[in-house]
Amino acid sequence: MEVRRTKIEGSDLRVRQLKAQQLLRGELEAEDLELEVEQRLLFTKLETAQNWARKNALFPLGFGLACCAIEMITVVGSPRNDLSRFGAEVIRFSPRQADLLILSGRVSIKMAPIIRRLYEQMLEPKWVIAMGACSSSAGMFNNYAVVQGADKFLPVDIYVPGCPPRPEALIYGIMKLQDQIMGDPAMGWRERYRAEGTEEVA
Amino acid sequence: MTDERKPTTGRVGTMTEALEVPYRERERSVTMEALGEEHEELLTINIGPHHPATHGVLRLLTTLEGEIVRDVKPIIGYVHTGIEKSCEDQQYWKVIPFVERMDYLSYYFNALAFCMAVESLLDEEVPPRAQWLRVLHLELNRIASHLFWIATAALDIGAITMLWWGCRDRDLALDLFEMSGGQRFHTRYFQVGGVVEDIPPGFEEMTRKFVATMYTRIEQYLSLLDRNEIWLQRTKGTGNVPAESLLELGVTGPLLRATGHPWDLRKAMPYSGYENFDFSVPVGTVGDNYDRFRVRIEEMRQSLRIVEQALDGLPEGAYITDNRKVALPPRHELATSMEALIHHFKLVTEGFRVPPGESYIAIESPRGELGCYVLADGSAKPARVHMRDPSFVNLQALPEMARDHLLADFITCVAMLDPILGGVDR
Amino acid sequence: MDATGLELIAQRVRESVGDEVVTGTLFYRGRATLDVAPQSVRDVVAYLRDDDEEPWERLMSVHGVDYLPAEPRLGIHYELLSMERADRLNVRTRVGVEDPRVPTVVDLHPTADFQEREVFDMFGVVFEGHPDMRRILMPEDYEGYPQRRDFPMGGEPVIYTYNEPKLPRWYD
Repeated sequence: MEVRRTKIEGSDLRVRQLKAQQLLRGELEAEDLELEVEQRLLFTKLETAQNWARKNALFPLGFGLACCAIEMITVVGSPRNDLSRFGAEVIRFSPRQADLLILSGRVSIKMAPIIRRLYEQMLEPKWVIAMGACSSSAGMFNNYAVVQGADKFLPVDIYVPGCPPRPEALIYGIMKLQDQIMGDPAMGWRERYRAEGTEEVA
Repeated sequence: MTDERKPTTGRVGTMTEALEVPYRERERSVTMEALGEEHEELLTINIGPHHPATHGVLRLLTTLEGEIVRDVKPIIGYVHTGIEKSCEDQQYWKVIPFVERMDYLSYYFNALAFCMAVESLLDEEVPPRAQWLRVLHLELNRIASHLFWIATAALDIGAITMLWWGCRDRDLALDLFEMSGGQRFHTRYFQVGGVVEDIPPGFEEMTRKFVATMYTRIEQYLSLLDRNEIWLQRTKGTGNVPAESLLELGVTGPLLRATGHPWDLRKAMPYSGYENFDFSVPVGTVGDNYDRFRVRIEEMRQSLRIVEQALDGLPEGAYITDNRKVALPPRHELATSMEALIHHFKLVTEGFRVPPGESYIAIESPRGELGCYVLADGSAKPARVHMRDPSFVNLQALPEMARDHLLADFITCVAMLDPILGGVDR
Repeated sequence: MDATGLELIAQRVRESVGDEVVTGTLFYRGRATLDVAPQSVRDVVAYLRDDDEEPWERLMSVHGVDYLPAEPRLGIHYELLSMERADRLNVRTRVGVEDPRVPTVVDLHPTADFQEREVFDMFGVVFEGHPDMRRILMPEDYEGYPQRRDFPMGGEPVIYTYNEPKLPRWYD
């Protein structure tokens, strides 16, 4: 989407208002109409516009498990690294109202079915960020009590390494997710797991 | 599951007979005659593992009568990581990162408890500069932990501004940790025998600036919260537990000090050079949530005093023990000395061996008494590491604290209890 | 607390509770340990709390240890603290894996509630008289006692280039 800025003559506010009114009423003639349309309208696909809106207004699910949760709260709550610059500051605690699940912390075997249930309660489109080493691949805990990576029971879109990842790293991960959303929300994990064309049935 | 409905054994002294009395009849002993017959219905709900107000994945099986909490049963284990079992498979040096991730807000304390336990088994002396550096970082970590506590506790109660302020100031403390240890969290800075590296130039100046800033910031927090009528109404008079009950439940730390009992391991059984510092232990009077809040804020101020004294009086010398069998030799020696090379090789591949024995060392973490038990069997890996976590034991006080409180006050109680589920579940 | 103090305590416990109760004392690196027989743990802790000349009124920690290969395998430690004298004492019992039963101290020290449940969960030691003896950290229906030394560590083998072709992959 390319945005061209040109100085419009008659850029007085009142004049612009009258022109907009005329446009909507269908009263503008040939080259007036063309000029106005060029300067005021943007053509894009519906999917692109939808993705642009979705990526800039992610609602993370408020879900913190362990030490990475502290860094996640720092990302949301600290004025230095602030997630509201990216539109994702609204943390919804109900999975029905959230679309981004940030798995921050180690996933123990007792907690795994609960996370799966939360994931299934979220509505499509939904994304998962595995934050930290413990949720990406069990980190340093190669033992009986930790699920060896959250992607054993959830499709994960972005893996953010670190123990715990710096707030900047998490923000970079969210920005990458935004790029991915902008591409195509249906792809992402489906591309990686060779599951194109499938639908999730809970 | 039917056995979830068994009553908790919260009352002191009626342990054995509590079970023979069925649950509904125990409820009738509570005088609520003003309510009619239809209000006696008890509702058991799950304040589940995923909830904004539980600090981590804590599941509270709550029995409510209307809005009043009658009984609470904490169910834990949702972040159980098997840290203690994993530690048996690692060399002593490598156990330190595992143990740090237990109580994940006070990571230096976990590392110190373990290092001190191993040092007592090795009979190793820590040089004075290392001790003072340890105290410096411990107190900075205490400040950071209390800041995060006040940020999330105020968030639970509704004063959301404290979240921004607390996280902002915590970032300053984490910058200091990044300067000395390389990471904001879980820095692996404490090693057996001392600290891993000396503080860099510029650290002292930044810490002094931090201390000066924090004094005014604490005043700002108090002016925001302490004179706020809503805050005072919500915290004063709620969550009272008498000191004797808390002592029987094994509760230590700011919860105990809020009731007036001045037990602080830094003063009572000093370790790591704490006897050289001049600070007071804040103690409350009544033991309600307001006292807990004030005790922790005051502890932050006292920690700032200790940090200043540590910077003023930092002795010169080595920052880690000279014993090459335990601590790595400095890098420049590896090029010239053969013994240094051999020691380095041995320490990195196999690790140091600890003669067989057991030790239990307890320190004062921001939440209470943090103890570490190490069983050594003569090899390079510990045979058992157990951390006596303060949050695990303090959680047993929750049913006492929350009995007969409204649900909103119950959330305040959980917030003021300051459980860290990483430590509870290990 | 020093070695002689520990011997005096052992003496007093033998006189009051019974002669075969104390099976040994150990003072190592500044830590005093009193070994007692398993079935008399409760009496010893009760005596130390109430009747002793220097009472130990706080129980700080109950934790279990697996002493494999030394028999009897399972050990339970009770860390006692005296706030008046700022001193610690450790009471230790050993039980075998075949019949790991120890009387509970939950009525003397309510702090042992969660901690004994954890010892049961991790080692399988049943505390007789505990009102709520079930698993606390592991899922309710978990089988096995994880912290015992012969319980496998679990997890997954780490994939290096030398063993990658030999390990089963999830998409096979």
